[in-house]
Amino acid sequence: MVDVAIIGGGVCGCSLLYELSRYDVDVVLLEKENDVSVGTTKANSAIVHAGYDPEPGTKMARYNVEGNAIIKELCGKLDIPYKQIGSLVLAFDEEQEELVKELFRRGTENGVPGLRILTAEEVFSMEPNVSREVKSALYAPSAGIISPWELAIAQAETAVKNGAKMLLNTEVTGIRKTDGGFSIETNGEPIEARYVVNAAGVNCDLINDMLCPHTFTVTPGKGQYYLLDKSQGELVNHVIFQCPSKLGKGVLVSPTVHGNLIVGPNAEPAERGDLGTTAEGMDFVKKMAAISVPNINYRDSIRNFSGLRANTEIDDFIIGETEVKGFFRIAGIKSPGLTSAPAIARDMVKMLEAGGLSLTEKTDFDDSRKVLRFKHLSHAERAEAIRKNPLYGKIICRCETITEGEIVDALHRPLPPCSIDGVKRRCGSGMGRCQGGFCGPRVQEIISRELHVPQASVMQDREGMYIITGETKTGGRQ
Amino acid sequence: METLYDVIVVGGGPAGLAAALEANKSGAQKVLILERNRELGGILNQCIHNGFGLHYFKEELTGPEYAGRFIEQLKDTGIEVMLDTMVLEVSPDKTVHAMNSQNGYMQLKGKAIVLNMGCRERTRGAIAIPGDRPAGIFTAGAAQLYMNVEGYMVGKRVLILGSGDIGLIMARRMTLEGAKVLGCVELMPYSNGLNRNIVQCLNDYDIPLYLSHTITDIRGDKRVEQVVVSKVDENRRPIPGTEMVFDCDTVLLSVGLIPENELSRQSGIEIDRRTNGPVVYENMETSIPGIFASGNVVHVHDLVDFVTAESQRAGKAAALYAQNGEAQGDIFTLENGSCVNYTVPQKVRPSNVEKFVEIFFRVNFVYSNVVIQVSSGGEVLCSFKREHMAPGEMEKIVFPKALFSKIRDGKVTVSVVKEADAK
Repeated sequence: MVDVAIIGGGVCGCSLLYELSRYDVDVVLLEKENDVSVGTTKANSAIVHAGYDPEPGTKMARYNVEGNAIIKELCGKLDIPYKQIGSLVLAFDEEQEELVKELFRRGTENGVPGLRILTAEEVFSMEPNVSREVKSALYAPSAGIISPWELAIAQAETAVKNGAKMLLNTEVTGIRKTDGGFSIETNGEPIEARYVVNAAGVNCDLINDMLCPHTFTVTPGKGQYYLLDKSQGELVNHVIFQCPSKLGKGVLVSPTVHGNLIVGPNAEPAERGDLGTTAEGMDFVKKMAAISVPNINYRDSIRNFSGLRANTEIDDFIIGETEVKGFFRIAGIKSPGLTSAPAIARDMVKMLEAGGLSLTEKTDFDDSRKVLRFKHLSHAERAEAIRKNPLYGKIICRCETITEGEIVDALHRPLPPCSIDGVKRRCGSGMGRCQGGFCGPRVQEIISRELHVPQASVMQDREGMYIITGETKTGGRQ
Repeated sequence: METLYDVIVVGGGPAGLAAALEANKSGAQKVLILERNRELGGILNQCIHNGFGLHYFKEELTGPEYAGRFIEQLKDTGIEVMLDTMVLEVSPDKTVHAMNSQNGYMQLKGKAIVLNMGCRERTRGAIAIPGDRPAGIFTAGAAQLYMNVEGYMVGKRVLILGSGDIGLIMARRMTLEGAKVLGCVELMPYSNGLNRNIVQCLNDYDIPLYLSHTITDIRGDKRVEQVVVSKVDENRRPIPGTEMVFDCDTVLLSVGLIPENELSRQSGIEIDRRTNGPVVYENMETSIPGIFASGNVVHVHDLVDFVTAESQRAGKAAALYAQNGEAQGDIFTLENGSCVNYTVPQKVRPSNVEKFVEIFFRVNFVYSNVVIQVSSGGEVLCSFKREHMAPGEMEKIVFPKALFSKIRDGKVTVSVVKEADAK
């Protein structure tokens, strides 16, 4: 029997696994997919919000502001790509100027540091490419951009390194209350646990209802995005928001931490599992974005994607112990969920302790993590890296300058990827303008070699996303 | 640390091979080819079909054979080759930053440089095809690499979007390997591929070509399951009610090629928004003196034979630059007139021209019975009749030096007009 079982390997589950791995407790994370961070965590705006948006007094307000500060520290410690670039909420008319003032008041009450209302002139000097129609803006210097999947992966890796268990490809099919805790039925072996934490993202209600009375339903909200080439990555210097309105929270335009430009999202209801994009959705995003930043060159678009949010009828996160003692939940996590996750995790540890889990800190907890990112090295450091390991001398992804050494490193870290996109999330290979056209086969070959599996069994991403359907009549290169 | 070369060639595909060999022939002593792949030949290595070399060798070769002819010639030249070597930066002072496992991180100095990085394929993201995001969507070239180099099949029932040459070639290739190719879908009312490929790759195998159609939805959770194709109107907008559903596991994209100019941009070379390649002079020199470019990195070619010819001019000019230094003199620019999408070169220095300058260009639509006019200051200097012109076929005209004296204001316009409207 383990002490704690966490259901769901998104950023919330991984943050909690990391926080619990500091203590002498047996903890296991159950994830139905073949990697962590592959749901909502990998498909969102990738913004570390400042925290002026949520209503004061809500869980969202508290965790957002706390999470913003924790992420900064965490990213430094675990070597996660993050930049504190600040955000602007643009106002285009009097009504919106009032809204900006309201957001300023809300933010101040929530404890957001450094908020300022800027004049149009100040905005233009900071952002020469925004619309000249801007009247004023709310500036939040603590907002940032992050690699969202790496926030989850880095914490999961560190937790595993410190003894936490990760069960991938493990889908929870039922939960029973037992004498000493819970029995979790899965597609594999059942898991016995004293405490269970439901962090199942878009499916959190389904997990919840396995033990609890039905009190909330997830009606997923879908958001569609454009991702543009690095040639557009310097179009703006801050996260550019619009005022929230009847049409939704508005479309943002922002550099990504990887140097691209992200534009989106729209907001529409969707079914679970629906990650499609539509012509109408993409057109809406373009039209709305043009209000803030008129000159985005969509010829340089390199990818569209959409992500789901676990919207429920409750206008806040649903966090804490459920009606069933020992069964906890981190549910209804929508924006600002990514920012909040590390703060929620720390709080959940306290709740588990209050629920009777005894926590003794490990004396040998090791949360050092360093990732070699070749393209960020100086000339001298590059030369030195190749001298030490010739695999750093071989570029596999030419668009993003990712070396074979980095890919091999990722395949031998504590939570190794098994798919081409798993490598992409850890190294950045295939994230560039050719979208893996050139490097995909190479990466597949390297995974096959390093993990000793047949190349044809290496998936694009999730299990079932196969690439190779057989051999040609003459077979392969020998 | 720095080694001085006469000419450094970035890229060992057909363009780089021709440029290096010609530079060597033209007197460059120390020539180096930097190739990022594990062998020379570039994209030709995966083009195992024939049809290469009809112009240059007057015979039909496969891609690897065509490349092989040039690789063979390297032997006695003393041209240095570095494989598995990535160029990370070309600085305006002609220092090339490159790296490989053996030599580590290198800074190589060239008296002249030729850029031959080729091009890459447009992806799904570039054209925003709506729908789910399953596996089974490939650019035609990526599928070709899997099949012809790695020896793996990537699909059983295939739909192809775009009728560019690689798409057409792959329609035949996948059919020959036992896959069912359900059709080739083209947004425009005409194909962008060579006519001979339409006949030999589609018609001969009864593969339907759907002109004025596009993909409006892709369905599938893990692997492609269905693709929806709709007819488009004259503004290329899908027409509701015309949807056809194809059950297939694979989509190949042949929707255009983009010259790979990240290195050129980084070094500050002027780029032409229309070609997506460097602005070049008559001898393929870019806006930075001593840095030349040729092949698909300058503009996308249909036939490798023309890549070879263009790159020989670049290689020769690079060798001359390495020996004599900068070319001087007045400049005239070539402007795009009616129906013309771009020209290469974009600029000409008459003092650098012996007898004539060859002008390459593409038209923006399909035309028949037209006249190409080269004019300046309102006067037509020379004209050329054409029965048929199409965007998929690169056009070449020869503009004699004897006419340069008639150029006004340093500007020459290339346009295409109907025969009846010709002056």
